[in-house]
Amino acid sequence: MASTTAFKDRNLIAVIGDEDSITGLLLAGVGHINEHQRKNFLVVDSSEVFGVFYIISHSRTSPETQISGIEAAFQEFTQRKDIAIVLINQHIAEKIRPTVDRYQEAFPTLLEIPSKDHPYDPSKDSVLKRVQKLFGE
Amino acid sequence: MSGAGPRENVFATRMALTNTKLRLKGAETGHSLLAKKRDALTTRFRAILRKVDEAKRKMGRVMQLASFSMAEVTYTTGDISYIVQEQAKLATFRVKAKQENVSGVLLPGFEVDRVPGSDFNLTGLGRGGQQVLRAKEVYAKALETLVELASLQTAFTILDEVIRATNRRVNAIEHVIIPRLDNTIKYIMSELDEMDREEFFRLKKVQGKKKRDAGKAEMQAITDKEESLKQLDEQQEPTVDLLSTKDADVIF
Repeated sequence: MASTTAFKDRNLIAVIGDEDSITGLLLAGVGHINEHQRKNFLVVDSSEVFGVFYIISHSRTSPETQISGIEAAFQEFTQRKDIAIVLINQHIAEKIRPTVDRYQEAFPTLLEIPSKDHPYDPSKDSVLKRVQKLFGE
Repeated sequence: MSGAGPRENVFATRMALTNTKLRLKGAETGHSLLAKKRDALTTRFRAILRKVDEAKRKMGRVMQLASFSMAEVTYTTGDISYIVQEQAKLATFRVKAKQENVSGVLLPGFEVDRVPGSDFNLTGLGRGGQQVLRAKEVYAKALETLVELASLQTAFTILDEVIRATNRRVNAIEHVIIPRLDNTIKYIMSELDEMDREEFFRLKKVQGKKKRDAGKAEMQAITDKEESLKQLDEQQEPTVDLLSTKDADVIF
């Protein structure tokens, strides 16, 4: 309950998503770069299915480092004091599922959103899972 | 009976009894109030749950629409992601927190706080400007849905937490505090009864002793009286008739 006292100054929306989702949301105007040059969005390259190319070209990071990058961004966004809502693409949330499921705080609110090529699956959502548990018992 | 179950460590006095009775009454009032609060919160919780479920499904549709408009943009304008990411500096789409009071619990909610900005106006200037504008609007609409969902979800999380705490309290009062106070009252009552009986017995004893003492004293008095009478008789024996005796002459 201690977190509820300081929610007045939370007014940003952070996004972790693939390129298309980020672009759309930035178009709507959620993008923010603060005085420490920290962005409130993280683009996760959705084309890591072509991981072979990365290894050949060495131009990109491997999927493992990418996941640790997502984790780091997730931690940063959930610990920042000016962020009210964290949006994360569901297929990306799936990659760091243990971390997402462990996250129980009220602030910032974590919201899993569908992306272009990954339709929304309610059975994977961490909140809906809890809802179902409450209703299903 | 009084020894069974845990009880408070008090001296068995009438004052402690009154105090404990008052506390028991307080605990019962608190219990009923908390139970009422829990019911109110649960009703609210159920309503929110239903809304969350609905909103999540709505979000699926809205985001699909948004993705579609984004695809249109990409088709007409080409890849604008890089420009858009570079141009993002200050957020124009923010949220504002508001509070709502549900039986003593402050439920935060978010409201869209949108500053009409002119950013990205030049995006798609060459071609597809209209699509970009449309995508912007569609995404803003989608975001509104998301914000609504987020506030529902926050309410859900907080209510869940509060209901748990309230449930814990209700159960603690029902199963720990009230039985303990009951036990204490029973203990004090039994101790007081015991003391009453002791007191009664003591009084009886005292009375008996007093009676005995009184009897003894009476006997003593009777014998005393007899003795004094006897003495009186003895004293009266040497009395002489004043007329019959003759005093010696008094010579001045």
